[in-house]
Amino acid sequence: MLKIINGEIYDPVNNINGEVREIYVDKGQITASVAGGRTIDAAGMVVMPGGVDMHCHIAGPKVNTARKMRPEDHRLDPAPRTPFTRSGVGKTVPTTFVTGYRYAAMGYTTAFDAAVPPMAARHAHEEFSDTPIIDKGFFVLMGNNEFIMRQIAAGEHEKLRHYVAWLLQASKGYGVKLVNPGGVEMWKSLGNARSIDDEVTGFGVTPRQIIESLAEVCMELRLPHCAHIHCNNLGVAGNWQTTMDTMKALDGRRGHLAHVQFHSYGGRPGKLFTSRVQELAEYVNTHPNLTVDIGQVLFGDTTSMTGDGPLAYMLHQISGRKWVNVDVENEEGCGIVPVEYKDKNYVHTTQWAIGLEWFLLIRDPWRIALSTDHPNGASFIAYPRIIRLLMDREYRREMLKHVNPKAIAKTTLPDQDREYSLYEIAIITRAAPARILGLKNKGHLGVGADADITIYDKNEDKEKMFSSPRYVIKEGEVLVEDGHIRQETYGRTLYVSPQYDPAVEKDIREYFDRYYTIQFENYPVQLENYLPRPEEVAID
Amino acid sequence: MQFDNVVCAFCGCDCDDISVTVENGRITQARNACVLGKTWFLSHSAPAHLPVARIEGKTASLEQGIEAAARYLAQSRYPLIYGLSSTSCEAQRKSVELAEVLGGCIDCCTSVCHGPSGMALQGVGEPTCTLGEVKNRADLVIYWGSNPAESHPRHMTRYAVTPKGMFVPEGRKGRTVVLVDVRRTPSARTADIFLQIRPGKDFEALWALQALANGRELDKAGAAEIGLTLEQLNDLADRMMHCKFGVLFVGQGLTQTRGKHFNTSAAFLLVRALNRHAKFALMPMRGHGNVAGVDNVLAWQTGYPFGVNFSMGYPRFNPGEYTVVDVLSRGEADAALIVASDPAASLPGKAARRLAEIPTITLDAHESETTKIAKVAFATATAGIHAEGTVYRMDNIPIRLRKVLPSNYPSDEEVLSLLLARVKELKAC
Repeated sequence: MLKIINGEIYDPVNNINGEVREIYVDKGQITASVAGGRTIDAAGMVVMPGGVDMHCHIAGPKVNTARKMRPEDHRLDPAPRTPFTRSGVGKTVPTTFVTGYRYAAMGYTTAFDAAVPPMAARHAHEEFSDTPIIDKGFFVLMGNNEFIMRQIAAGEHEKLRHYVAWLLQASKGYGVKLVNPGGVEMWKSLGNARSIDDEVTGFGVTPRQIIESLAEVCMELRLPHCAHIHCNNLGVAGNWQTTMDTMKALDGRRGHLAHVQFHSYGGRPGKLFTSRVQELAEYVNTHPNLTVDIGQVLFGDTTSMTGDGPLAYMLHQISGRKWVNVDVENEEGCGIVPVEYKDKNYVHTTQWAIGLEWFLLIRDPWRIALSTDHPNGASFIAYPRIIRLLMDREYRREMLKHVNPKAIAKTTLPDQDREYSLYEIAIITRAAPARILGLKNKGHLGVGADADITIYDKNEDKEKMFSSPRYVIKEGEVLVEDGHIRQETYGRTLYVSPQYDPAVEKDIREYFDRYYTIQFENYPVQLENYLPRPEEVAID
Repeated sequence: MQFDNVVCAFCGCDCDDISVTVENGRITQARNACVLGKTWFLSHSAPAHLPVARIEGKTASLEQGIEAAARYLAQSRYPLIYGLSSTSCEAQRKSVELAEVLGGCIDCCTSVCHGPSGMALQGVGEPTCTLGEVKNRADLVIYWGSNPAESHPRHMTRYAVTPKGMFVPEGRKGRTVVLVDVRRTPSARTADIFLQIRPGKDFEALWALQALANGRELDKAGAAEIGLTLEQLNDLADRMMHCKFGVLFVGQGLTQTRGKHFNTSAAFLLVRALNRHAKFALMPMRGHGNVAGVDNVLAWQTGYPFGVNFSMGYPRFNPGEYTVVDVLSRGEADAALIVASDPAASLPGKAARRLAEIPTITLDAHESETTKIAKVAFATATAGIHAEGTVYRMDNIPIRLRKVLPSNYPSDEEVLSLLLARVKELKAC
């Protein structure tokens, strides 16, 4: 039992904006009252729900190959063992233990990996079993799944729906992810999709059809989270048009556009690009079926990892740095390249500014989530700095002096005066991502919510304030005090289990016999072996 | 009783379509398994005769064994944990924690097989794919310094050469198979083209091919040095650049001969260069059934795939310093825990002899050269026969192992959990 008194509460779901109230916790949940237990006096402090990262790369084959690839990165940031914690390494691709600790130490208590190929779902779950403290889940890559494309081409929408439900159950995943729909399949023969109306070689479908069909299926299955889309043409000059086409193709269907910063570029392919955020943000502002996360870039060295194989090859060709590509049979691909964002670089400055423009031009904070697409734009460790950039206009102006002036002059960033309030920060870092994910017990402090709570000392320097919370409480346990982990626990794995017609298994089995190298029976992830603390999130 | 879709965890293929027949507590048949797999399944059905623990050769209880082993480890100043390529990921995870608590070294068989492939990945990256991509798409299959007919007998028939795939509907006829090696091995029978290069010239051959892929010209003398004609080199480069989907499988002929990670880096760079012309992937032919798994577990827990040292309280990596042969042959390790491996038989003499000088503890289902010199030897259930668990194929695809026979022996994971708990008590952490 726990009581938090005298704190300023920021709980946007319940319309509480900085009022001093008491919060009671019992059995891991927020309750209406408690008798006894510890009392935390949060006088002069800010109380928020635990942070929710709805788009990051923290577990599974892609992340682990990136770890294998970057010993020079690990060396810079060793994390020694303590009486409460395991050792590891940090920096851009932290080990599993360090990932959990650092999210927690920053006041984040839930994170979703954005791209797991279902064939390697077991691997992601194994890593989750070694990722302490936070609750986690992942989105299942489906935008280049050959069985899915065949069903779409054949007009077998029912079968498609049953298959998607089966695949979510088999992988114990949380949502449906599209990465460069159709384009990654084409990359398997060195091609790529250049618009949403290109035909996917050999399959007779277009990215548009994949986007429409999977967005529809997510709604039909009543999944808590809608189709989560990484558009075609990521990082390519002129791609704003593809992004606009994708949003229009959704045509009122629910859709989440991931790391939109990387998809908002004007200009022509191969040339320097410009910002087209205004048009895109305006479209999002006027279409309530759409939500976005940003994929903010910060300057420094990081590791790009993506399910978008052709994109990684493009990055490798630009920089000449080491390059990993992994194509996964029948399902997906991935690519990994180290990248360095430089503040004097025209392109990188434009990317940095575009991310901030998105934050500042979206009017409804409930439809936007803070992300760096960790570690693609920057490590999640950078979130407090982004918060300062959003809350502190003067700091932002100071930063503008150090970036590429030609690039910045072509964006609207110097004209933006908006400053986020603590209430709005609470929305984009917890309330909105929880709502977009359909997590009813997270992102707020109402009775019945998970008792995941972060308490910050107030500080004018918002980066300092959000970097090291005074207390972090997970499921009612005080795990972090004064920036140090005091106790190691393991959070839950969130997954969905939509129903399907078992008759579909016959076709799937035949497909496995012909085209997979793993037996149908050995494919599904065993709940009892791989999810030590499973939590099935109910379907409405 | 018959169990279908059982995984054979012997080699890195981890074929998961084996039908195992159990009669009277013995495995009597392992249908679909290759000759190595059959032996693996059938040899484990022999009635168990080893005591669960032996201390200096004398029968002991599990508890006594744990106590003795934990004391040896807790008292040591520089313990080494080694092996791990033939046990489950669950056991590997416990082993890493034990190494961390002890502040010692942990290394796996990768360090004496495909460590140089791991180092090439660190240096230049790796264009690769899963085995099903090879089955479905590859029209050019190259084995280099690898003899799959003897080391991975089903690799060609189940994954890479004979199966019909989505874009290779004619199967074997739709693929060109090339074998490059320093001697004619039984695998040459399956190859359309066998290229015998001179021993020690792998790097030169790979570099020459890369030059050709980059549009350079070579002279006859250079080709002769490699042991090939210019026509042969040009022909191979031409096939590589003009295939639809090529794959290069690299074996220990590259990784454990002179040049080591230079050889693998040359291979990886060649495949990288080829992607400007054709879709091309490469894959190390991982040997043991879960050697890819231990690389993965070490990577997600420490950031490094083998040769990890915890002396500073955090993981450090330095092949040549923290790797098994070096730590033993320099006489640094003062205790060793060997999990599911037989280094006394397989390591160079000096390193093997060190194991006999220091307290060595073994976990193994079988009697081996290492269990014979062990101060404490635990007999454990075999993952995939008597115990469940996870293994990773050579293409990093994880699969769940089945338990097809009951066992009176604890699994590696169980022994390591007990050992870890006791060591923590002794070290009071």
